Amino acid sequence: MRVGLLHSVIRKEEKALVQAFEALSDVSLSLIDDRRLVYQPQRKPMEVDVVLARSLSHSRNLNAVRLFESAGVPCVNTAEVIDLCGDKLRTSLALAASGVPQPELRVAFTEETALQAIEALGYPAVLKPISGSWGRLIAKVNDREAAEAILEHKATLGSYQHSIFYVQEYIEKQGRDIRAFVVGDRCIAAIYRTSSHWKTNTALGAVASNCPVTPELETLCLQAARAVGGEIIAVDLFESDRGLLVNEINDTMEFKNSIATTGVNIPEIIAAYTLERARQGAAEVAHV
Amino acid sequence: MTTTVTVVECVVCGADVELDGTTLQGELIDCDDCGCELEVASVAPFTLREAPQEAEDWGQ
Repeated sequence: MRVGLLHSVIRKEEKALVQAFEALSDVSLSLIDDRRLVYQPQRKPMEVDVVLARSLSHSRNLNAVRLFESAGVPCVNTAEVIDLCGDKLRTSLALAASGVPQPELRVAFTEETALQAIEALGYPAVLKPISGSWGRLIAKVNDREAAEAILEHKATLGSYQHSIFYVQEYIEKQGRDIRAFVVGDRCIAAIYRTSSHWKTNTALGAVASNCPVTPELETLCLQAARAVGGEIIAVDLFESDRGLLVNEINDTMEFKNSIATTGVNIPEIIAAYTLERARQGAAEVAHV
Repeated sequence: MTTTVTVVECVVCGADVELDGTTLQGELIDCDDCGCELEVASVAPFTLREAPQEAEDWGQ
């Protein structure tokens, strides 16, 4: 099978995936640098049977996968999943439609209504850009004065996207959240991300430790994965008085801090799943 | 797979950076001396450049 690994730069994750694919006997791996290709609709820029989308840039990942799909190449994840998971509002709507528990959410389009939304949820509240990662530009709003200032800054200094005010209930998470990894129909591993800062992104220095995958955690993660159609995803969750709440879903997850921590060979499982998807695609074509 | 080490110069501080047969084009490497993040621009021969700056839509 010919597997394409779509990437920008090669992080530790992509290098681990390359090594995992190279360890498989029947795989021909092509590295697809999204900076080096010119695409044409409905034409394969490269002869591959499946593409594993791992571009660091969400926009390039999404649009490159759209182009590969237009040429009939199955991609993991699909463009629809990447689009949905890259948009916090779309993700929240999909989770709500599937009854997945999540923090309370309000959305507003003006400074005035955003302030009303924040005050309705109560302080502190969390303001997030609807698209973004690594905790960038996420603000914990502690009082009305801070709310007014942040809203004014976002409306004045940001692009239009920053005036889609996504306001989330603040969950007191006792210094940690959970990141759980789903591949196919299994929750393969999970970590706690612990930090003294209210943001618990490992990109911001949170420390990873193993989190047991309980039946409750697995059931909820698979429910969340199905809600967004995700095949290879990471689910971020809060432990709350109301039980586990799904905060966000990541379609191009980072896992370098989670392999040794969990003892689970995440890249090996992703590679095997991707290969299986290629075989499924080939079988479907053969039956047409 | 060769493990021969090749030494190249950090494009930021000039320190030695070691690459080997497992190094991939596009791979991110940290310079042990200055701490800068570098990208392997090519592998035959090995050349380095500064890693791209983080963009708004990066990461997960």
